[in-house]
Amino acid sequence: MKPKNQRLVLLSAALAAVLLAVLLAMWGLKDRASYFFTPADIVAGKAVDGQAMRLGGMVEKGSVQHASDGVTIRFVVTDGQSRTPVIYRGIVPDLFREGTGTVAEGRLQRGTFIAETILAKHDERYMPPELGNLAAEHKAGKTLEK
Amino acid sequence: MIAEAGLAALWLAAGLAAYQFVLMILALRSQIEVERPMRAVAVVQAGLTLFAFAMLLLVFARSDMSVELVFANSHSAKPFIYKVAGTWGNHEGSMLMWVTILAVAGGFVALFSRRTGERTLVAGLGSQAVLALGFYAFLLLASNPFARLSPAPPDGQGLNPLLQDPGLAFHPPTLYLGYVGLSVAFSLAVGALLTGEVDSKLARAMRPWVLGAWILLTLGITAGSYWAYYELGWGGYWFWDPVENASLMPWLAATALLHSINVLAARGALKAWTMMLAVIAFSMSMVGTFLVRSGVLTSVHAFALDPERGTFLLALLTIYVGAAFVLFAVRGATLKEGAPFELVSRESGLVINNLFLSVILGIVFLGTLYPLFVEAVSGEKLSVGAPYFNSVAGPLALVLAVLVGVGPLLGWRHERRPVFKQLTIPALLGVAALAMSIILSRDTGLLPRLGFGVAAFLAAAAILPLVRRNPLRAPLATWGMVVAHFGIAVALAGMAANAAFTSERLAIARPGERLTVGPWLVQLQDVTPTAGKNWTAIEGQLQASRGSGPIILKPETRYFSDPPTETNEAAIETFWNGQLYTVIGKSDPSGGWQLRLWWKPFVTLIWSGGALIAFGGALALLGRLLRSRKRGRASAAWRKARYA
Repeated sequence: MKPKNQRLVLLSAALAAVLLAVLLAMWGLKDRASYFFTPADIVAGKAVDGQAMRLGGMVEKGSVQHASDGVTIRFVVTDGQSRTPVIYRGIVPDLFREGTGTVAEGRLQRGTFIAETILAKHDERYMPPELGNLAAEHKAGKTLEK
Repeated sequence: MIAEAGLAALWLAAGLAAYQFVLMILALRSQIEVERPMRAVAVVQAGLTLFAFAMLLLVFARSDMSVELVFANSHSAKPFIYKVAGTWGNHEGSMLMWVTILAVAGGFVALFSRRTGERTLVAGLGSQAVLALGFYAFLLLASNPFARLSPAPPDGQGLNPLLQDPGLAFHPPTLYLGYVGLSVAFSLAVGALLTGEVDSKLARAMRPWVLGAWILLTLGITAGSYWAYYELGWGGYWFWDPVENASLMPWLAATALLHSINVLAARGALKAWTMMLAVIAFSMSMVGTFLVRSGVLTSVHAFALDPERGTFLLALLTIYVGAAFVLFAVRGATLKEGAPFELVSRESGLVINNLFLSVILGIVFLGTLYPLFVEAVSGEKLSVGAPYFNSVAGPLALVLAVLVGVGPLLGWRHERRPVFKQLTIPALLGVAALAMSIILSRDTGLLPRLGFGVAAFLAAAAILPLVRRNPLRAPLATWGMVVAHFGIAVALAGMAANAAFTSERLAIARPGERLTVGPWLVQLQDVTPTAGKNWTAIEGQLQASRGSGPIILKPETRYFSDPPTETNEAAIETFWNGQLYTVIGKSDPSGGWQLRLWWKPFVTLIWSGGALIAFGGALALLGRLLRSRKRGRASAAWRKARYA
C-alpha cells in the first residue's frame, strides 16, 4: 500500500470506529437506559409496564410487611402525593427503614413495583442522588409558596 | 507555621510552572538553548510541590485542628495510619496529591530523560508545567488545602468508621499514579506535535510511562473490584457505576496507546494515530477526575448549586483537551507518513486492536455521560447500568479477546507465512469449552457460554508466541505480553464461571436449621452479639460442609454509633475451585435470621486474571528498562572509545 493511501485508510478506519461507537451507543441507550420515576409519575401514567426503571421516594410509615417465607417484604413508597406498592425478595440494605428515603430498581407490573435491587448507601446522612434533588426541589417549592 | 510553609511552597511552585511556560515559548519561537534551565526548574518545581504535600501529611499526622481540612476530615482518636491516609481522603488533599504526582512525574522526566530530542523535551516539560499550572490555580484559588480555622476547634469531625479501610486508604493513590503517569505521555505528545519530531525515539521515551501508568491502573481497577465485591455484600464484582467507569475509560485508552506505541517504536508507523491516543488517554484521566471530584455525579443540580469547583475543573478540562485537539488538527496532517505495511501484518493487527478498544471506550464514555447530558438538557433523570454496558460493549470485548489470540502471531510489515494453522488446537479447545458449557449448564446466557469458549481459545493461543522457540531466550517483553494476554483469558473464564455456575440461596433459618447452596450444606449454629472498638454487632456462626470436614464462617452485621451506621460484613471462604460467600441479614419475629449464601465457582479467577495482566505489564516494563540501560551503556562505551 502506498503511504498516502495508508493514511487515508487509517483515517477512514478511525472515523468509522467513532461512528460505530456512536451508533451502537444510541441503539443501546434507546431501550436500556432506565428512567427514574416517583410515585406521582407512575400515577400520572408516565411509566410503562415491564420497562426497567428506578422508583424513588420515602418508605411509608407502617407499610412494611414481611411475608411468611421471611425474605420477601412488601412496602409502600410515597412522595407525599401518591403511593406505589413494592415487592422485594432479598435482604434489605442496612438503613432501610420506614420513613426514610429509598431507591428501588426493577419493573412495574400492573401498578405494583417488582424490585430487583434496593439501592442505599451505608451512611445515614446519605440521600440517593435523585432523592437529594427531590428533597431540594420540595424545599425550593415550599419556599416559593411562602 | 507548617500549613503556611506548605501554602508558600505551592505558590512558588505555581510561579516556577509559569516560568517554565515562558521558557517553552522562548525555545519554540527562537532557537535559544533552554534545556538546562528547563530541566532544573522542573526539578525544583517538583521538589516544592512535594514539600507542600509533605506539610499537609504532617498537619494530618499531628491532628492540627486549626487547619480546616484536618478538622473536617480527621479526629485525634483515629488510628495513625488512617490519619495519614486522611490526607488524600478528601477533595482538597486528593487534588494536591494529583498535582504533586504531576509535578514529580515532570521532575523525573527532567532528571532522567536522555533519549528525547532536546527541543521536544523542552516543549514536553513546558506542557507538563502548563498542566500543573492549571491545577495549582485550582488549588490556590478554589480549594486551598491549608486554610486555617480560628479559633481552633477541640477535635475533628472525621471519624466515619467506613472510611477506615485499608482498601480506601491505598486505592486512590494507586489510581492517581496511573492517571497522572499518562500526563507524561500527553505532554511528550504535545511537545512532539509542537516540534514535529514524532519518531520512534519519542515512542521509546514515552513507553515506560505508559506501561507504568497502565500497570497501576490495572492494579487499581482489580483491587477496587475486589473491594466492592467483599465490602458491599452484594456478591457482584463490577457495577458499571460512573465512578468505576471513570477508572475504566483511561485504562481502555491506555491499553490502546500501549499497543500503538509499540508500532511507532518498532516501525516508525502510526505517528499521528499514537499522538492522538496519547492525548485521549490523559484526557480520559481528566474526565475521570472531573466526574469524581466535581460532584456532577451526585447530580447536575448539586453541581449547579456549588459551581465554583466543578466549573473550574470543567474549564481546565476543556482548555487542555481543546488545545491539544486543535494542536493535533493543525500539526497532525503535517507529520511525515510512517513506514508502510500490508493488510495482513502485525501493524494491521494492532490497528484493529486499537479500533476495538476505541469503540468500547466510546460506548462506555457515551453511556456514562448520557444521563448527565439528559439531566442538564431536559431535567429528566435516568440511569444507565449493566444492561446497556453488558449488551453493547460485551460482545465487542469478546471479539477483541479472540483477536488477542491472533494478533501476536503476525510478523511486522507483511505476513505471508501460514501462521493461522497454529491456531487449530486453540480453536478446537474453544469449541470444546463452548460445547461443555452447553452440556453442563442449561440456563446460561449466550455471553457467558461464548466467554468460556473464547477463554479456552485465548488461554491456548496466548502462549503460542513462546512455542517453537526456546522460551528462555525470548525477550522479557514477549513474556510480559504472553502473561498479560493469558491473564485476559483467566479473567474471562472467571467472569463466565461466575455468571454461569453461581448458585444462590436466600432464606430464613432458625438456629440449628440447614440450607443447601451448590455442593454445600450450611447449618446456622448460633447467632451471638459481639463488639469491637467502636461498634457492636450480631454475628452468625455457620457451619458449612461438602463431604470433607466442616468449616466455620462468621458473617456479621455491625452497628456503629458515630455516625450511626450499619454494615454487612460478609464471611467469605476461598477454595481452589471457588468461594463460599455468606451474608447475615435481619431477624424475623419467629426467631429466624435471613441468610444469603452464594457458591461462586472459580470467581477468584477474575482478580487473579487482573493481577496476571498487571504482572505481564511489569515484566514488559522491566524488559524495556533493562534493554534501554544496556543500550545506554553500550552507546556510552562506544562514545568513550571514540573520543578517548
